[in-house]
Amino acid sequence: MAFMKRNLNGSRRHPMAAILVIAAGLAVSGGGYAAATAAVESTKPVTAAADAAQVDLGHKLFLANCASCHGKNGEGSANAPSLIGVGAAAAEFQVDTGRMPGQASGPQLMVKPVQFTGEEIDAIAAYVGSLGPGPAIPTDAQIAANGNATRGGELFRINCAMCHNAVGAGGALTQGKYAPALTHTKADHIYEAMLTGPQNMPVFNDANLTPTDKKDIITYLTYVQNNPSAGGYELGNLGPVVEGLFIWIFVLGLIITITIWLGAKSN
Amino acid sequence: MSTAVNTQKKGGFLAGTANYLDERVGVAGILKEFGRKIFPDHWSFMLGEVALYSFFVLLLSGTFLTFFFQPAMTPVIYDGVYGPLKGAEMSIAYASTLDISFEVRGGLLMRQVHHWAALLFVAAAGLHMLRVFFTGAFRKPREINWVVGFMLFVLGMAAGFTGYSLPDDLLSGNGLRIIDGMIKGLPVIGAYTSSLLFGGEFPGEQIVARLYGLHILLVPALILIFIVIHLFMVVIHKHTHYSGPGRKDSNVVGYPLMPVYVAKAGGFFFIVFGVIMLVAATFTINPVWNYGGYDPSPVSAGTQPDWYIGFLDGALRLAPSHLEVHAGGVTWAWNILLPMIVGVGFLAVVALYPFLEAWVTGDKREHHVLDRPRNAPTRTAIGAAGVTFYAALWAGASTDLIATNFLLSLNNVLNAIQIILIVGPIIAYIITKRVCLSLQRKDREIALHGRESGRIIRMPHGEYIEVHEPLDAFEQYKLVDFKDYQPTLARPNAQGKITLRARLRAGLSRFYFEDRIAPVSQGELDAAHHDHAPAVTEAPKKKAVTAAKKPVAKKPAAKK
Repeated sequence: MAFMKRNLNGSRRHPMAAILVIAAGLAVSGGGYAAATAAVESTKPVTAAADAAQVDLGHKLFLANCASCHGKNGEGSANAPSLIGVGAAAAEFQVDTGRMPGQASGPQLMVKPVQFTGEEIDAIAAYVGSLGPGPAIPTDAQIAANGNATRGGELFRINCAMCHNAVGAGGALTQGKYAPALTHTKADHIYEAMLTGPQNMPVFNDANLTPTDKKDIITYLTYVQNNPSAGGYELGNLGPVVEGLFIWIFVLGLIITITIWLGAKSN
Repeated sequence: MSTAVNTQKKGGFLAGTANYLDERVGVAGILKEFGRKIFPDHWSFMLGEVALYSFFVLLLSGTFLTFFFQPAMTPVIYDGVYGPLKGAEMSIAYASTLDISFEVRGGLLMRQVHHWAALLFVAAAGLHMLRVFFTGAFRKPREINWVVGFMLFVLGMAAGFTGYSLPDDLLSGNGLRIIDGMIKGLPVIGAYTSSLLFGGEFPGEQIVARLYGLHILLVPALILIFIVIHLFMVVIHKHTHYSGPGRKDSNVVGYPLMPVYVAKAGGFFFIVFGVIMLVAATFTINPVWNYGGYDPSPVSAGTQPDWYIGFLDGALRLAPSHLEVHAGGVTWAWNILLPMIVGVGFLAVVALYPFLEAWVTGDKREHHVLDRPRNAPTRTAIGAAGVTFYAALWAGASTDLIATNFLLSLNNVLNAIQIILIVGPIIAYIITKRVCLSLQRKDREIALHGRESGRIIRMPHGEYIEVHEPLDAFEQYKLVDFKDYQPTLARPNAQGKITLRARLRAGLSRFYFEDRIAPVSQGELDAAHHDHAPAVTEAPKKKAVTAAKKPVAKKPAAKK
């Protein structure tokens, strides 16, 4: 009502003014922040001193979040393996997918919301990488999805499909363990997983699957992720079991509904 | 005939054509016979129709697919439009399946129509079988038609499996490999049979062409023949109907084929066709391009057969391992033989059940009025046990998906289903039987005393009573009209001996009919109505007289 009155009295400010001011403020602060972050990113020093600082930050984060199980120097304990020599790739995979820090013991660590910023994850990975020689984080060129999808598909079916399913829909392993679905997995994580063999996955090192092979597999999986089925809704890509459930519950259900309608006595 | 000629002049073109046909092939007689066939109205009588219409859809879409599919396993380099397979080596069969999916106009839709219709065909046939079983529609004179229907179900599975294996992709190849393993598991003849079937060592270059021959010629021809026999017998037997006033074993209450059911069934065909088209146009089924060409080395996780073969796959998965025995110079792989025996044995019991029940009851009467499932408690309980057994085998085929999707341990899921397979049917039997008997008791109560109305009345002398509303004739009829069986005794034969056979039969009869609720007799009905206010008029009584003719005779037994 007050708002109406002001208008009738011929207010000095337009009613939209406040909203405009807020929007402008948000744009300036958000844009400024984004610009500043971008500036920081672009000027990220690749010097030894900065590396040392990053490792130092990583060490602090490690002590605060990881050391209770993995030991103060990553030497491992009865509850967790040693991280000496697992490489930055392993640390980035585990932390960047949210699997680490682990929250509950179980057959397998689950994917959950990521707990650190990208910068912190880089720092932790740098620290773990500094503990001993191990697989490094793959470069953008290594994970670019511009290889041979046909060859990648073939390699995927031969090496991966028995656990992850032919289209990466995932599958069961023994005693509650499982091979997760790869339908939303990012290219760098796919590469790191092959390189480091997290949890129940075997290691596919560069002698086993060369970097080109890995690139092809990533190309194939990226194609599958980005190209929905030509045949319509995919029912989870889980194969004939889901198709069977669908025909019994939905199609036959619909048809029975129609038969009841047809069989009903017209009043 | 001369009168027909006279009417022709008046009737114009239609009558002229009719007369022309009648004079040559006697169409009037045929129409009189078939067109006046009466079909009762009930939704559950349309399930078999769904299977029939799915079969028509299968014939149409399958014919389309044969125009483009090439059943050869000669290796080629794929050069089609699907990116992630370009340049891959594969069989002509798989390449032509990909071409149907991506390059033939409407090909993918037809493939999906064909596959969805196949799943629906077997599912509708299965549901139809369950309806026939639980309503007792397999009793005399329809036992043979039950077996014909059973053959159709098995042929449906055969058609499905041979079709599933045709694209020669990884999934179908894995399925064939399982069949190959099962065949090789047969002692002595296994290796030879496999070698003959595959034309050498698995997978060979023959199997797709051979399965194609079976899939498009032999199996559909057999299905068609059995469908004709099945429907012909429906015409011979006339259709069953549910009990109700005026519905007897000697009649059928419903509408004639011409014109009512021709219109209804014709419309229903298009509805089923439409549903299949809708589903095929919107939901992917068997995306073969995902699986790649068949190569014996890879096996994909989550490899399963289509649903109707699932119970056999489940049996294989549920069988305990380490059961191999070496005897007589051959390996007896019981972990493969046992599931085969269980699967085939289950199907055999299904096929022979009508004869078993007929032997136990000794009932030689014709039955055209269907049972309500509750009024045959033991049969219904056996059916529930069978459904549970089948469902456990079926679930066994998806242990891996159950484990991953519900975050369970695969091993625990497997063990749980193994237990359910044995214990589940027993529990299902007991629960179903008790539920049926309780429902019968409830029906009896309602038939005798009407429904509780919730109206409490105070009598002049101070007593409070609740008014029970009497049933109308239709409901009363449904509740009291059923056949009652009693356990038979083992009787000595002509030589004065009680044979083992007679003992077995008496034992089974006791198992079937020991626990039973007798139908309401006329006497009980009269007595119950005299207790109440005379508000209950003669209307329901009159119906009950016809209904209770038989039960009256059996009343003494019912009372003890």
